[in-house]
Amino acid sequence: MTAAATPADTSAEDVAIRLEHLTKTYPGASRPAVSGLDLTMPRGELVALVGPSGCGKTTTLKMINRLIEPTSGTVWVDGVDIRTQPTHELRRGIGYVIQQAGLFPHRTVGDNIATVPKLLGWDRHRIKARVDELADLLRLDRGLLGRYPSALSGGQQQRVGVARALAADPPVLLMDEPYSAVDPIVRAQLQDELLTLQREVHKTIVFVTHDIDEAIKLANRIAILNVGGILEQVDSPAEMLRAPRNEFVADFLGDDRGIKRLSLMTVRDASLSKGPLVAETASADDARSTMAERGYDWVAVCDGDDHLQGWIGASDLDGAETVGELTPKPFLSVVTADTTLKAALDGIVTSRTRVAMAVDDDGRYLGMLTVDDLAEGVTA
Amino acid sequence: MTGAGGMLAAEPFIRWDWVRDHTDDIVSNLWEHVQLTVLAVGIGFVIAMAMALISLRWRAAYGPLAAFCAAMYSVPSVALFALLLPFVGLGLRNALIALVTYTLLILLRNIVAGLDGVPPEVREAADGMGYERWRRVLRVDLPLATPSIVAGLRIATVTTIGLVTVTALVGEGGFGRFINEGLSRQFSTEIVLGAVLSVAFAIACDVMFVVAERVLAPWARPQGVVKAGRWGERTLARWSRHRRIADA
Repeated sequence: MTAAATPADTSAEDVAIRLEHLTKTYPGASRPAVSGLDLTMPRGELVALVGPSGCGKTTTLKMINRLIEPTSGTVWVDGVDIRTQPTHELRRGIGYVIQQAGLFPHRTVGDNIATVPKLLGWDRHRIKARVDELADLLRLDRGLLGRYPSALSGGQQQRVGVARALAADPPVLLMDEPYSAVDPIVRAQLQDELLTLQREVHKTIVFVTHDIDEAIKLANRIAILNVGGILEQVDSPAEMLRAPRNEFVADFLGDDRGIKRLSLMTVRDASLSKGPLVAETASADDARSTMAERGYDWVAVCDGDDHLQGWIGASDLDGAETVGELTPKPFLSVVTADTTLKAALDGIVTSRTRVAMAVDDDGRYLGMLTVDDLAEGVTA
Repeated sequence: MTGAGGMLAAEPFIRWDWVRDHTDDIVSNLWEHVQLTVLAVGIGFVIAMAMALISLRWRAAYGPLAAFCAAMYSVPSVALFALLLPFVGLGLRNALIALVTYTLLILLRNIVAGLDGVPPEVREAADGMGYERWRRVLRVDLPLATPSIVAGLRIATVTTIGLVTVTALVGEGGFGRFINEGLSRQFSTEIVLGAVLSVAFAIACDVMFVVAERVLAPWARPQGVVKAGRWGERTLARWSRHRRIADA
């Protein structure tokens, strides 16, 4: 799973797109924008092309639908050399999403989505049904279908852009910095939606971005390109964060690689500590000895069904007979198995007890996470 | 006719009885004015569109074409009629060639400006969706250039309507016939009638083009946010502003 996996590695069945020694030198340029790029994109995966400006990531993307013609090298889509068919036919079979959506301002949202089916000559009823289906899939109100794009917010326009790209159900989707022009809150929303969507449609997606966090969040595989279109590393986000191949990749990933890895892992992946825990029925002395034993000045309290109630400090116990007499204070950070370790870390550093308590979906106590537990997961 | 011998002191500025007696002339001159205008702008549009499409394909062609049109535009109309005389003589052909010539610069510039105004990302999206080149020009570029093209047609038409009156010098003229005759006979009623009708026709066409632009490019209105739909729905929507719809 490292760079320059040769085409022979993977059977044609599983590979949707293969770039072979792909090179592009623009007329008059002294050095190539992309040089000798070999890359395979497995079927149903989202591959992010990431790199600084001038790294040829957009050029690479556009060579896949021939908006840019390679100087040399070959692009294979589904095992077919893309030069063997007319460009307009190739492009109708590949979804294309660009920055700022690029919707046709003179067509209604519905007509925008219907673009490729119309080019393919589908009949009206089929087009109408497909447009409605896509509106639902992208969570676009059907009332918007009759409006012009200028009436839509940036986020909605971008959703329409994705719907338009998916209209003819192409197996491959090319996305060129699709979310770079929307504000951060909407961007995060659109990213989440894309992940949900991808679980449903399983497209092979080539996603160009300059935002490494976006790539880490969305991609199954990240390809990091250096200036001049030189491939530095191809790997899964977790593997790349764990073992960046060289300094360039490490720099590009940022000086918070450990934290970024935490964002890819969930509480399920971590080993939980037992933590100081007593039942409501326990005596004050039991509580004190549990604290002493575990080295804390507080203790967590559960009811008879293991439901986490909160915590009680050492000083609260003064004068009490049993734990049940006291009202436990709620934990500020309670996490579940699906919480990312990054969110758990945030809970740990902001809570008074410096721990995150893990519970199952019914609120039953599972264990406790400390900074040490997280560090162990990252270095493992 | 009456009024021979020039403007008498007793003669009123406008003789309404003369106007009433000449409704046939008004209708025939209107018809001629309409024909000359439509033919000139129509032929001019076809030529300008051809030049614009050539410019779209071969960018280098635009400079020389625009320079040619600008040079022709700068020739005074009376001089152009005279220049054309040895080749086509008096009459319709002389008038039309001159009129068409004056529409070219305005139309070419507006068509090209409209095509240049197509956002590059829209063009790229169209290419990426799999439009063939000619189909993209027809279905994306030209529709988006419509507001600018219609604006060009509007200016060209209004200018042409004014120029048509001058073609009375080569024996055509529409309402210009009234003006020409009135001038030679110093008969104010005819001069005023020709001028007023010509201006009224120009204003009517101007309004028509404003309406045409709204109908042809409903998406391009300032508020822009109008629900597309059937005719009545659109007309209704035109009067009510729609607020931007926030992200769900």
